[in-house]
Amino acid sequence: MTTPYAIELRGISKRFGAVQANKDISLQVPAATIHGIIGENGAGKSTLMSIIYGFYEADKGEIDIDGQLTHIRNSQDAINAGIGMVHQHFMLVENFSVLENIILGAEGGSLLKEGVQAARKELQRLEEEYKLDVDIDAIVEDLPVGLQQRVEILKALYRGAKILILDEPTGVLTPQEADHLFRILKALKEQGVTVIIITHKLREILALTDNVSVMRQGEMVAHRETALTNKEELAELMVGKKVRLTVDKSTAQPTDTILSAKNVSWFDEQGIERLKNVSFDLKAGEIVGIAGVSGNGQSELLNVLSGITPLSSGEIHFNNEIITTTNTKNPQQMRELKMAHVPEDRHKMGLVTGFEAYEAAVLGYHDSPAYNGKVLLKRKAMQSECLERMQKWDVRPPNPYLKTANFSGGNQQKIVIAREVEQNPDALLIGQPTRGVDIGAIENIHEEIVKLRDAGKAILLVSVELDEIMALSDRILVMFDGAIVGEVSAKDADEKTLGLMMANALNEDTQTGAQA
Amino acid sequence: MNQPKIPVWVNIALIPFINIMLALFVSALLILAIGQNPIEAAGYLLYGAFGYQEGVGYTLYYATNLIFTGLAVSIAFKAGIFNIGGEGQAYIGGLGVGLACLAFDSSLPLFAIVPIAILGGAAFGAAWAFIPAYLNAKRGSHVVITTIMFNFISFSLMVYIMDHWLEKEGAMSLRSRDFEESAWLPSMQDILATFGIQIDSSPLNASFIWALICCVLVWGLIWHTRWGYQLRTLGTSTSAAVYAGINNGKVTIWVMLISGALAGFVGLNEIMGFNHSLLLNFTAGYGFAGIAVSLMGRNHPVGIVLAALLFGALYQGGSELAFELPSITPDIVVAIQGLVILFSGALEHMFKDRIESFFLRRSAA
Repeated sequence: MTTPYAIELRGISKRFGAVQANKDISLQVPAATIHGIIGENGAGKSTLMSIIYGFYEADKGEIDIDGQLTHIRNSQDAINAGIGMVHQHFMLVENFSVLENIILGAEGGSLLKEGVQAARKELQRLEEEYKLDVDIDAIVEDLPVGLQQRVEILKALYRGAKILILDEPTGVLTPQEADHLFRILKALKEQGVTVIIITHKLREILALTDNVSVMRQGEMVAHRETALTNKEELAELMVGKKVRLTVDKSTAQPTDTILSAKNVSWFDEQGIERLKNVSFDLKAGEIVGIAGVSGNGQSELLNVLSGITPLSSGEIHFNNEIITTTNTKNPQQMRELKMAHVPEDRHKMGLVTGFEAYEAAVLGYHDSPAYNGKVLLKRKAMQSECLERMQKWDVRPPNPYLKTANFSGGNQQKIVIAREVEQNPDALLIGQPTRGVDIGAIENIHEEIVKLRDAGKAILLVSVELDEIMALSDRILVMFDGAIVGEVSAKDADEKTLGLMMANALNEDTQTGAQA
Repeated sequence: MNQPKIPVWVNIALIPFINIMLALFVSALLILAIGQNPIEAAGYLLYGAFGYQEGVGYTLYYATNLIFTGLAVSIAFKAGIFNIGGEGQAYIGGLGVGLACLAFDSSLPLFAIVPIAILGGAAFGAAWAFIPAYLNAKRGSHVVITTIMFNFISFSLMVYIMDHWLEKEGAMSLRSRDFEESAWLPSMQDILATFGIQIDSSPLNASFIWALICCVLVWGLIWHTRWGYQLRTLGTSTSAAVYAGINNGKVTIWVMLISGALAGFVGLNEIMGFNHSLLLNFTAGYGFAGIAVSLMGRNHPVGIVLAALLFGALYQGGSELAFELPSITPDIVVAIQGLVILFSGALEHMFKDRIESFFLRRSAA
């Protein structure tokens, strides 16, 4: 090729202590193309992008932008070189307007007014050119996530980005919003913008990109032209072995109803109704999946069912106990009733990351006689039990004394799941069982969940990964804006219908309610 | 696991050592600036603190107070609560000790008064900590603010109580009558004398032994009981504590009660062990110094003992220094203490990151 690449990396290496996060990475991205970078969690994708965007400096290696050797020491250098980044978690000031957010850091002059007027003109031009369709005077927190993301893109373009990096852009979007994003990215490409997209979703790579690079354990293992590859090949390159994208399971044999929610509502401190008349039954021997875009009441539902927050109205029937607004149960009492809970956020809730593994392995059950003498904790018993479980659940390294924070995501999750499952509960609430977990461990965790179901447990699964919900569930409930808006049996479910239900498009206007 | 590791001694020994050396270096500049020889000054300071038996006795006597208040701050800190009210809790705790002595010194023998005084100090100190704890648990009031305010309230309350009920007729200052000897904690020279060991007289008394016992009890409570598990969970992650069904308000309250009780034991040393009467201002800033001791001791009982010894030595050696070199006034000694707190507390992280990354690189290589 005679024209220089929009971006070219040569021999980029970065080491954090003993961890070689990036090892001799080379990458060539032709101008005006969409380039995908895939890899498992911890493969080094985010580190590489952080190097390009100037958050980290590489230990070794060179970066060319448009054929020019460029030194990027901080994000200002990156912006000057025409690189823009859309982070997984948006960097927006929620109570500022779109316009104010976009000019933030580029106000232009000491008086705000001049900058604002110039920016307004420029933004209207950009919006038209790239068909970005955002009301620039809207307050950011009033916008649905999909639009907030567009604000981030607009922000990058306003700063003159010719290379746009998106880190896991679809994690928080409905399938429809994701499709819309893809259309925008394609429009950007036609206008000459180079797009680099980081994701672990193979479907998106295939639908969107021109070229794809695969990372594994800090190394770039393959470059492919997207048209010449397929899902199976990419998945194999990512993990280095054949993986199944589905879960083997027999048909469910549900028996008695173990848990039932009857018109459960919950109001938050501001008096906003976050759960609206939620009713459902959960039987022993079945997995019920709760699908929904995150923030539509799934977390609140798990909190109410597990006793973390008391319900505001309605009843929960569980194992002959009727939980109401007056007869409340705290999480410890729920555990005694044989309800186990794998929380959505294992760092904030499921584990105490500063604790050694054997201590974190009793969280919530720390008062149990198994771990306590009259006064002192039975630390020996805790340690040996932890070691046994680590071996049984293949936690690596099987070291009960290692700080919880030092295990990888998948192993941390196994510690949590082992803790909850080994108590032999009747019902298990699982939130995001494989968030931040790599593919090998995902398979393992999925198998264990199915095994539990076959052992006659009632399982309520909350996940924002539709693939996961569809692969594991026997029945699927869809939540939107705090209410259950539909139920489908797993065999009738397809992504399109679920996606439409998740956006409540079957019932009402899609855009307004998603974040309400 | 090939995880790079920082050797344990770096954090608990090397970094504090470097910080103290730096503080002493700046102190040396200060002493130079007022025209004195820092080497000579350091000599007096060391000799004063450790050079002779009485000096050592004083050092340990000061350290006793600092161990109590240091433990008080650290147990609360382990639960994520910043108890700044050690000063007031020690003050009111001392009132409890004093009242126990005044009530029983003529009717009960020493071995019966000691447990009553311990309970009295604990109960009064705990009671003074309870109000801020309750306000925090039930109303969300910030403990830092309320405990600071409660320090001031305690100062005024004490004057009122002393003036109205406990003042000895005809005394020069506001203090209670002297306790009968049956309510005096035995001094260390008396205790050791029963074992045939003769040492010089100093204010060091039996409360030092109780301070060490408290260290062991606190260590056991924090790391070896389910209650310690709960308080550490709360201190590390509030959301994990909620998930685990730990009642945060309840834990906050009992941790503050223990913290206040520990601070209250300062009265055992000051009132029952040394002054033998109830008087004003005996806490003399030990409650605040306890914050520095706890920080420097990394909230671990062993570290707290070491830090308390250091500060005790600075108190004692400092007064010796001010005595020997009159141009070094007590204010300069306070400044030196302040520098130690500044460098080992507030500027703790000045070198920490660099030293840690040095050892990380070394262990990785």
